[in-house]
Amino acid sequence: MTKHETHKKEPLMHISKRMDMKKWQAWLIRLGAFAIALIVCGIVSSILKPGSFGKFYAYLFKGVFGTPRRIWLLLQNIAMLLCVALAVTPAFKMKFWNIGAEGQVLMGALMCALCMFYMGGKAANGVIVLVCFIASMAMGAIWAVIPALFKAQWNTNETLFTLMMNYVAMNLVRFCVNKWSTNGSGVLGILHYGWMPSIGKYTYLLNIIIVAVLTVLLWVYLRFSKHGYELTVVGESTNTARYIGINIKKVIIRTMILSGVICGIAGFLLVSGTSHTVNANLADGRGFTAILVSWLAHFNPAAMALTSSLVVFLDQGSTFAGDSFRLGGSFSDIITGIFFFFIIASEFFINYKVKFRAISKKKEKALAEAVAVATVEVTEEEVR
Amino acid sequence: MDKKVAVELKNISKFFGDVVANNKINLEIYKGEILSVLGENGCGKTTLMNMIAGIYFPDEGKVYVDGEEVVIRSPKDAFSYHIGMVHQHFKLVDIFSAVDNIILGEKMPEYSIKEEAKKILDGDTDKDFKVRAKKYLKVAGLPFVKVWKWMKFNYLSKARIKKIQSIADRYGFDIDLNKKIYEMSVSEKQTVEIIKVLYRNADILILDEPTAVLTPQEIDKLFAVLRKMREDGKSIVIITHKLNEVMAISDRVAVLRKGEHIATVETSETNEKQLTEMMVGKKIDLNIDRAEPKNSEDRLVVAHLTMSNHDGIKVLDDVSFTARSGEILGIAGIAGSGQKELLESIAGLNKLSEGEIFYYNPYKNNEEVDLRSKTPIQIRDLGVKLSFVPEDRLGMGLVGNMDIVSNMMLRSYQKGKTMFLNRKDPKSLADTIVEELQVSTPGTSTPVRNLSGGNVQKVLVGREIAAAPTVLMAAYPVRGLDINSSYTIYNLLNAQKEKGVAVIFVGEDLDVLMELCDRIMVVCAGKVTGIVDGRTAKKEEIGLLMTKTDFGADKEEEKENNDD
Repeated sequence: MTKHETHKKEPLMHISKRMDMKKWQAWLIRLGAFAIALIVCGIVSSILKPGSFGKFYAYLFKGVFGTPRRIWLLLQNIAMLLCVALAVTPAFKMKFWNIGAEGQVLMGALMCALCMFYMGGKAANGVIVLVCFIASMAMGAIWAVIPALFKAQWNTNETLFTLMMNYVAMNLVRFCVNKWSTNGSGVLGILHYGWMPSIGKYTYLLNIIIVAVLTVLLWVYLRFSKHGYELTVVGESTNTARYIGINIKKVIIRTMILSGVICGIAGFLLVSGTSHTVNANLADGRGFTAILVSWLAHFNPAAMALTSSLVVFLDQGSTFAGDSFRLGGSFSDIITGIFFFFIIASEFFINYKVKFRAISKKKEKALAEAVAVATVEVTEEEVR
Repeated sequence: MDKKVAVELKNISKFFGDVVANNKINLEIYKGEILSVLGENGCGKTTLMNMIAGIYFPDEGKVYVDGEEVVIRSPKDAFSYHIGMVHQHFKLVDIFSAVDNIILGEKMPEYSIKEEAKKILDGDTDKDFKVRAKKYLKVAGLPFVKVWKWMKFNYLSKARIKKIQSIADRYGFDIDLNKKIYEMSVSEKQTVEIIKVLYRNADILILDEPTAVLTPQEIDKLFAVLRKMREDGKSIVIITHKLNEVMAISDRVAVLRKGEHIATVETSETNEKQLTEMMVGKKIDLNIDRAEPKNSEDRLVVAHLTMSNHDGIKVLDDVSFTARSGEILGIAGIAGSGQKELLESIAGLNKLSEGEIFYYNPYKNNEEVDLRSKTPIQIRDLGVKLSFVPEDRLGMGLVGNMDIVSNMMLRSYQKGKTMFLNRKDPKSLADTIVEELQVSTPGTSTPVRNLSGGNVQKVLVGREIAAAPTVLMAAYPVRGLDINSSYTIYNLLNAQKEKGVAVIFVGEDLDVLMELCDRIMVVCAGKVTGIVDGRTAKKEEIGLLMTKTDFGADKEEEKENNDD
């Protein structure tokens, strides 16, 4: 029986849920995590490239804010990532694990390119842009609603379904590009019609404005509309939804259509507003990164502007630093990885507290001693 | 008693917050006996047994196994003392076969290369080179032996399957060990659980409500197996609330009531009536007001309601009753006798296989409305003012992560034609409820998850009453609440009754039911076993109805009760 003796001890530490965290405290923890991550990244950088500790920070900021072009690029990339993040948010809030944003964006982009390709020169530019816009949204919605229908009707697993749809979308794009490219290179050149107008000489400004408007609209939708309320209830508890008579299937399908429409818009902005061509890597993993952005922001569109900025800032800055140090592309992955490690870990400390046995035991002992001393004193006084 | 004590509990207590689940319980389990632990819901039977099985850790008291004090911190510890428990809800991996589930988590017998080497080389004084070389060669081969043993253990489990089969044969279990769990019936799953426990060399088996899910034939089979185990010298503890089974199978009965150990008696020296008395206790006066029903008229008529669950077991079987306005109809019964399904069916959440539900609308001259197979929204659109306080407050009645205002909106958010929410009315409703029912909360924007149980319930009941119902159904509305909150709820229900609402109250505390309700309907295993007058009924009478499993004899009486 002696071997069980060890079990009598309390575990070294235990974790309990925290309820009483104030908002500013949570932000302080996040800020702390950010600071620690910055320092650790600097250290890692100076290990990989001796003597680069200070330079790392300089390059990080220079890569982002160094020239006006870089600043515009930053804003454009933030807008694009944010747009996809907005798209996945309603679905995730409903606990519909849509990891198919990548495919939905691509299909929107493909549809946009298709309109540009076949309508080019046959209609006024304004008409083409409008058709592109509508077609992109429709295609994104179709691509998103298919898994939703299956989920609602037969309760299929939406994660696998949407993931597979990504690959279908990618290969559809490859197929079309091959078909369209005239020189047989498999790369589609710039399409010359159906460009989104630009405001003044700022190419990306309209993109950014559209996404900003979308952010506000989605914030209002999630927070103040009946639809937003319904999808939150479905996400929190299907039992409650059933109890108050929400048609869960309808909500799933409706929300995924919305999600797909925003993905379609992202695709449209990427083709008509940015690159004016299409290829299978156009979405550039944003469909997945967007999940992280959305999750870190607790599905709050306003906070998502912040998290997507962070992601793009890190990516752009560390890529520049990596190039300057001649460390290659992986450097930026390392840096981003470290950052997210710290930032996600900080969420843990916001939600839970860790208690150590040793500390509490000591405190108990100290307390017991204090009480003992006090009682002794009291009795001594009484004796007197 | 010449029998040896296998497990002894001394002064065991367990607290969940302020609730005393077990209070200083002393209990002995002898070798080679079947002990029944009898008691109503929530009396602490399962909690007590969970502490022996390592699921919970006692806050106070000591556990002795074979006379030695032990500390059981995990099910693993429990197994090392040969204690195994079969839980009410099976813990099996669906896509694994029976064998895989039984051997799951078993550790490979320890095999240390160092020690084996020591054994071979021990006392090595042999000078003969050949002998020594042989020995060293053997030592060099030990890692391979280990790998082989590891492979054999993990991939060639023939020996283990044989052992499992021999256990099954020995006790007469009839089971295909290679069948996958998801293909199995409930009784087969239970068999797997029992074999699993036996495979781990358990000498003390604890079975939590083993008969709840079984048919009578399967119960007979199980009992035969249990008797065989007893002959083998194993100790068996059955947690149950079915008196006839207690009488049929056990040697001794330990009765628990409200966390207290009332008595342990020899089964041969007692009878069902005495056990019921010990189980439900003497009637306690609670001083709940009860007015005479005024202007009662039929509000809700339920006839021949029948429903089956996923496993095809009838959870509601020909249930008929009438709820009248200005009256509280209590529903008494062991938990899981169909109360939940009954209320959910009326609220429009379940599909029925048979039966009728009619509502008589007081605002339209008692016009008859058919509620069968309607969704909650359809019911509402028909002008039926039906409120429902479900048993699962945070999982069904409310959304835990939402604040009080948002939870107020659950019932009313669809009102109005705009696509935007009206937060003003719910906000003022929330304020009213917080003030009138004295909900202690930092504010109406606090997530209800953060409120205490009583306050959560006040929010839920408050919302349901605010809808001005004509029928109010409440499932276990005072479960887990302290005395003051409980009385708040009783008063609210009484106020509704006086307003002419037909109140249906599902309760577990018989004392409360008998003081609050005008009539009490008793259900058992999905059937109505009787409807009694709340003012004249005896506690033992209800207790017997709750545990009655022979239906045929009293059919006539039941009919009479339904007719009046």
